[in-house]
Amino acid sequence: MVRADAFPSTYKAMPSHATAVVGASVFTGTGQLIENGTVLVKDGKVEAVGVGLAVPAGYDTVDAHGKWVTPGLIDAHSHLGVYASPAVPANSDGNELTNPVTAEVWAEHSVWPQDPGFNTARVGGVTTILVLPGSGNLIGGRGVVLRNIPARTVQDMKFPDAPYVLKMACGENPKRVYGSKGRAPSTRMGNVAGYRAAWINAADYQRRWDEYRAKLAKGEKADPPKRDLGLDTLSAVLRGEILVENHCYRADEMAQMIDISKEFGYHVAAFHHAVEAYKIADLLAENHICVATWANWWGGKMEMLDGIEANAALVNAAKGGCAIIKSDDPDLIQRLNQEAAEALAAGRAAGLTISEADAIRWITSNPAKAIGVDKQTGSLEPGKRADLVIWDHDPFSIYARTERVYLDGAVAYDRRDPRYQPRSDFDLGQSGEGVR
Amino acid sequence: MRRILFSACAAAVLAIGAAAPITAKAETVAVTNAKILTAGPAGEIASGTVVFKDGKITAVGANVVAPAGARVIDAHGGVVAPGFFATGSLLGAVEVGSLGNDLSVNNPEIGASFDIQYGLNPESGLFPVARLGGLTSAVVLPLPVGGRGGDSDEEDDDASQYTAGPAGEGSKSHALFAGSGAVIDLAGHEVLVTKAKVAMVAPFGQSGARVSGGARGAEFVALKEAFADVRDFMKNKAAYDRAAYRDLALSKGDLEALIPVVEGRMPLVAVVHRASDIRQVLAFAREEHIKVILDGAQEAWLVAPEIAKAGVPVLLNPFDDRPESYEELAATMDNAGRLSAAGVTVAFESTGGSARVRETRYEAGSAVSHGMAYDAAVAAITINPAKIFGVADRTGSLEPGKDADLVIWTGDPFEPLSQPTAVFIHGQAQPMTSRQTELRDRYKDLGRALPPGYTHP
Repeated sequence: MVRADAFPSTYKAMPSHATAVVGASVFTGTGQLIENGTVLVKDGKVEAVGVGLAVPAGYDTVDAHGKWVTPGLIDAHSHLGVYASPAVPANSDGNELTNPVTAEVWAEHSVWPQDPGFNTARVGGVTTILVLPGSGNLIGGRGVVLRNIPARTVQDMKFPDAPYVLKMACGENPKRVYGSKGRAPSTRMGNVAGYRAAWINAADYQRRWDEYRAKLAKGEKADPPKRDLGLDTLSAVLRGEILVENHCYRADEMAQMIDISKEFGYHVAAFHHAVEAYKIADLLAENHICVATWANWWGGKMEMLDGIEANAALVNAAKGGCAIIKSDDPDLIQRLNQEAAEALAAGRAAGLTISEADAIRWITSNPAKAIGVDKQTGSLEPGKRADLVIWDHDPFSIYARTERVYLDGAVAYDRRDPRYQPRSDFDLGQSGEGVR
Repeated sequence: MRRILFSACAAAVLAIGAAAPITAKAETVAVTNAKILTAGPAGEIASGTVVFKDGKITAVGANVVAPAGARVIDAHGGVVAPGFFATGSLLGAVEVGSLGNDLSVNNPEIGASFDIQYGLNPESGLFPVARLGGLTSAVVLPLPVGGRGGDSDEEDDDASQYTAGPAGEGSKSHALFAGSGAVIDLAGHEVLVTKAKVAMVAPFGQSGARVSGGARGAEFVALKEAFADVRDFMKNKAAYDRAAYRDLALSKGDLEALIPVVEGRMPLVAVVHRASDIRQVLAFAREEHIKVILDGAQEAWLVAPEIAKAGVPVLLNPFDDRPESYEELAATMDNAGRLSAAGVTVAFESTGGSARVRETRYEAGSAVSHGMAYDAAVAAITINPAKIFGVADRTGSLEPGKDADLVIWTGDPFEPLSQPTAVFIHGQAQPMTSRQTELRDRYKDLGRALPPGYTHP
């Protein structure tokens, strides 16, 4: 019998004490800024957040007056581990460019936990990461949500009870990759035919399994259909068990992808990059689709040409809009707060009224929602995992640096305490050891 | 372009809310009530006035009074800074990264003699975007054949947007040199080039090995030979022209182009990352009596005293802090601060491609949060690159006599939440719009009766 929960999470929170972080300006991730706030953490969970909370006996008190606290940041689009540093060909494991539909591959099987980028991302306040396959394929495979702790195995990092995601990609990348090999897809219409063919297969697979199970339920004898890894994943999308994360730049292509999702009965959790989302902010909001984008990245290729700094802010402004700032990059993941600040500034320059307390959701609770872990993390609410960051400046300032990062109430990074500055195996004994 | 300039001025005046006529050439402008980051000997002036006339700065100071008849722009306590100077920008030589560029040449006759100035497009749509990031000048440097180093292969994660050069073809001495760069201003007018042939680019380390037959050691042998050839050529030009001289590996054009380099008049931009390679470049520069500029220099902090002693400036991106390749295992965000503290002249370069040069100001802010003095970070995006590329007599600081290249900010220009309210290049107000702001305004309100295509300036 094949285990349904292959590659189960073996994540264990690091040791923690009950802690009170006192006096900071606290961005809750729910749209609130609490001045002179106290955050109580117990058993790895947020216990309470508010002003003037009494600190129970036995709690470690962290004086955070003059500092800022946010939820642990969440990057909804990373390739850490699958495109690890150093970027040598041996570490290039993010794109299975041998077939335009590789629903059968799982990014976690490429993740190298010793990628030094996990540590630098944590220094930047990132506690949860969605690691995705690349965008060279129409359907690139499963992504995996990771807790950003130093670990020996990827299973030790896997976010318990997080849903899997499916990476899909529109536009130039798949058609360029396969067109250059002289095979389909070589056009955008070829892309769409490819997605639809895959979903037709998935629906058929689902029907065969449904028929098999129906027969068993009726006590009839039946042979199970042959299991197919890729169709396992795609049919799980159709059953709503796996979230769709869709790389798609152009507004018109996003609209096509929405229609494909309706044709086959799945939901797109988020469009990624989506530099033209502002052109259809209303349509995306109506369809409850988040937009994971940048402020500053545009122009590298034709489908990026119309990217604007105010994209996230305009998505945010649509009624029900869900904006996310993500990295797609091992450098930018260290500065999601800065990128969010740039997006916020651009929104204000466009005449929108946006508070910092609202904008912090772009890198906390909104990505949590888009990757299906919002019940567990992404905001400082009682009962959630105590993933939080103490900053020395307002996180929307260029000068902000993290002082301490907690995962599940445990100190995972402390800027002033070398005991909490982990180094990857790769960094040991190298000339760069200890400089990051 | 004159038509565009006209509307530009009108837009800028609107942006700063001054009910004044458009900036005319002869007009005197006084920016008052401003914190002034001069980037010059006067340092930071807590509150003062900058006056410019006919495109030149005429006065800067705390006690400067706006001349009678001057158009006064009240900065409302905001900041006036020199226009920032983009280094490693590719501006004018790239429009859309994936469509190619005018940065790189693989032609046996044209290596060192490649002169980037002739391929630059002042009407690039990237200039207005860069200006809104407070940039008014840029140095555009050729990209070595075979790229800037590292051991990366082609990726498809959309994050690798740096425009890569064409692959090298083994040992070809022309490819030892990528050609000479130019300093430009970003006003988008027909007089684009502030100064051409400001520096010669050569790749070292992994990238240098790629153009030298495969190993680092070969490059220095090839370079020494090339430089000796140039010196011989200089002494024996007449014989060379009569075809009565020995064969030289480089083309005549390349030999000519390298004369100012071997004479120490034109600096050699050494694209180099690893500490050991930096040491070799410094030694080579000493032996050959040439001037060098280190470019990339992720591990420069390990060699800081030697770089300082040699008086060699460094172009770097402060964000480089990962072991992206085996050439930069010791990369750290402290690089800029440590070099600066050791007395090295540092300038910040954007390595995210031409579309992202507006991030230059954030590079400076991040360097400050990682230990660099604020005034040193200002210098790294103003006067230092101007000095390094030989245009400090024209731009890079707010001093009387210099070009009026300046930007008015709502606050600290390193902060993302600060915005520029006016940008002047040679005293000309620049439009505070770009194709991006036009797209933004077209789609800001999706409830209009007519399709967005009917909304335009």
